[in-house]
Amino acid sequence: MAERTIELNVSRNPEMGVDGLPKASPLAPIDIAEPDLGTEEMLINIGPQHPATHGVLRLICELDGETVVDVTPDIGFLHSSFEKLGEYRTWNQIVTLTDRMDYLAPLIYNCAYVMSVEKLMGIEVTERCKVVRVIIMEMDRIFGHLLWLGTTAIDVGAFTPFLYAFQQREKIYKLHESLTGARITTSATRVGGMMADLPEGWIDQLNDFLDHFPNTLGEIDRLLTGNQIHIGRTQGVGVIGADEAINYGLTGANLRAAGVDYDVRKDQPYYDYETYDFEVPIGEHGDCYDRYLCRMEEMRQSVRILRQAIDRLPGGPINVQDPNISLPSKTDCMSDMESMIHHFKLITDGIPAPEGDCYMAIEGSKGELGMYVVAEEGGTKPVRWRIRPPSFVNLSAIPKLARGHLVSDLIMINASLDIVLGEIDR
Amino acid sequence: MDYQPISGVWSYVAMSLKVTLIFTVVMVVVAYTTLAERRVSAWIQDRHGPNRVGPFGLLQPIADGIKNILKEETLPATASRVFFILAPILVLFPSLVTFAVIPIAAPLPTPAGVVDMIIADIPIGILYVLAFSSLAVYGVVLGGWASNNKYAFLGGLRASAQMVSYEVALGLSLLAVLMLAGNVTLTEIVWQQQQLGMWFAFPLSLAFILFVISAFAETNRLPFDMPEAESELVTGYHTEYSAMKFSAFMISEFGHMVTASALMATLFLGGWDLPGSWDNAHWYQGQLISGFAADGSVILASPALWKTLATFGGFAAKTGFFLVLYIWIRWTLPRFRYDQVMSLGWKVMLPTALAYAMLMAGTILTLDEIGLAYGFGYGLVLTAVSGMATVGFVFMLDRGRTITGAAAQRTQRIQTKTIQVGEAGHPQPEEAA
Repeated sequence: MAERTIELNVSRNPEMGVDGLPKASPLAPIDIAEPDLGTEEMLINIGPQHPATHGVLRLICELDGETVVDVTPDIGFLHSSFEKLGEYRTWNQIVTLTDRMDYLAPLIYNCAYVMSVEKLMGIEVTERCKVVRVIIMEMDRIFGHLLWLGTTAIDVGAFTPFLYAFQQREKIYKLHESLTGARITTSATRVGGMMADLPEGWIDQLNDFLDHFPNTLGEIDRLLTGNQIHIGRTQGVGVIGADEAINYGLTGANLRAAGVDYDVRKDQPYYDYETYDFEVPIGEHGDCYDRYLCRMEEMRQSVRILRQAIDRLPGGPINVQDPNISLPSKTDCMSDMESMIHHFKLITDGIPAPEGDCYMAIEGSKGELGMYVVAEEGGTKPVRWRIRPPSFVNLSAIPKLARGHLVSDLIMINASLDIVLGEIDR
Repeated sequence: MDYQPISGVWSYVAMSLKVTLIFTVVMVVVAYTTLAERRVSAWIQDRHGPNRVGPFGLLQPIADGIKNILKEETLPATASRVFFILAPILVLFPSLVTFAVIPIAAPLPTPAGVVDMIIADIPIGILYVLAFSSLAVYGVVLGGWASNNKYAFLGGLRASAQMVSYEVALGLSLLAVLMLAGNVTLTEIVWQQQQLGMWFAFPLSLAFILFVISAFAETNRLPFDMPEAESELVTGYHTEYSAMKFSAFMISEFGHMVTASALMATLFLGGWDLPGSWDNAHWYQGQLISGFAADGSVILASPALWKTLATFGGFAAKTGFFLVLYIWIRWTLPRFRYDQVMSLGWKVMLPTALAYAMLMAGTILTLDEIGLAYGFGYGLVLTAVSGMATVGFVFMLDRGRTITGAAAQRTQRIQTKTIQVGEAGHPQPEEAA
């Protein structure tokens, strides 16, 4: 990796030759003496094909021995142009794009998107819909955190917690399946409500999960939390202070582990989160261990919220009773003229939006998940749809966190940030 | 009855039979350890494990072997051809050859004479083991270097540093055993444990713990699997290997495990010795004796086929215990970081082993000066001294002096705060507008 410099003539008034044309720039590289080969930094690619990058992330590492001198995340391998695609789809068609972004907690993305559209259109969803959305969002917070927990454990060398976590994830997969028919690409929400109401026995199934999940979490807790090796691998690794965490724009557990008590559910509550009794774990050291503890506690708090939400789940319709927003039932379409017209209009045109723009942020499983939509008067498609993906912002801190640590720590730090490449690359 | 060691042409027959038998048994045990690892890990992790090939998946190792032979051998274009091929051979050889000096059962009486159940009872037993186990690192380093792959290169570097470091602790922890046994031959070490009336795991408990830890590091098993570390270095030094060459690395890893387990069983759990002195047998001045009477005369041993089989069963059980321990720990613990492994090796294991060797040397010298007879009482005194040393060692480790920050782990580091709406000082959407 000898350094070579190339000198280019970039002056505004290039030297002219005798023929009146500018002289050719000296493009040929000028060889300089090879530097001393004694201590050279090794350039190593971690990813895009690597067991510990959690997707197709490429980390270009400069190593001095095993110490990370610098690390540059190279993203975009999974770029699918979701935001641009959204501009060619009606409001409800976009829902299917959202769960492909965070396939680890798809329902949160589904909800976040329709919430921003509902805010734009000024739609107030029904009480039942609110509680159902709180339930599915908290369920997927556990879903996302469990994947993080399992893969982090694998990255630190403990294989067993991974399988314990995935057995619990499997139960949530089953819940997804019975609610939406799909295990990952749920697409469960619609503007003004849900694709369908909760199926029969779904709450029992969820209760069954909630009964067994804390035990499994306790088992993983016993395997990792007090384990000296795990502590040695995580404490004091990837430390970020509160002020720097804010400067980097970290959100979610990464920010709270640094000691900043910011949780969108508490600070800008939506869906009556202020009436739920739950606590937000705050760390103080901002290292991997605090991030670990915060997420573990968040899962327990999510169980609390889920239990309260199940208790207060009201009856009534799940969709707003507005024929311009919600699809009528199929029976009505077939028998009632007016319903059929509404159905036709909704399917062919879509829901008309007022002119304006709207930003709506919720607490996703990875941090503050913001959705920004711009609409023109009567438009059935967004003019611009923009997402604030928490993973994307969180990943930007990785060079700061990893510099000076060992390669093993870089893997641990990357795992502790809890990123998902779907939403980073979008 | 006067027993004589087997001699003449029959000794060659016995030797070739023993070599064939032990090699076969070790290879089969290696193959079935891979299956055991997968089944035990499945059991730990609440899943099934391989159970399709044959009853309970018992034919799985054979299927794996066939698959590995049939797969394509890859040779990276930039690899150093000779060393790339040499590395798996170099790593496989020492892991199997070490078994030659480990006695596996009580001597077997045959019409042609008594057969020692050991391939080569060479007088430098342990030194031979140490020499050959150190050779294994050459294969690993060469494999990592010859692949011309950065991950493999880092893996090879880690392997060399780690194995060299733990070799020191391993050797030093053995000092106490050698001092107590007064010999480096493994048959002699088994005999001394029979004479002492207790296995060396008790009178030399700290050496036992240090040896087990070092053996884990020597065999590159989790939590010391730095050279492989699949989540960091993909699979480390054998990243570029495929098919049978990869299989050779796997066989050597499991071969090392089996050899290390057998060695730990021999050094600290009495080898093939079973409780009681009925099975004792040792060559002493041309006679096969089972012990000494109070007046110093010898008691002749009476070897028998059933005794050989029973002691072999005991040896297999002890070795199996360590194999299960290996597997159990691998699927329970996370992995150390590279620098933590080194600091554990140099800052904890080495000084502890040194201090312990000094302590044991002093104790043994004192006991010999007092004139305490080598026997059960002798062992009890050593057990007491070692027990205190072990408690001190564990106490030191448990107080987080080895791993940075571990002392703080008992204190609750996370506070849960109930934030009231608006209390945290973040503007509400309405206020902000």
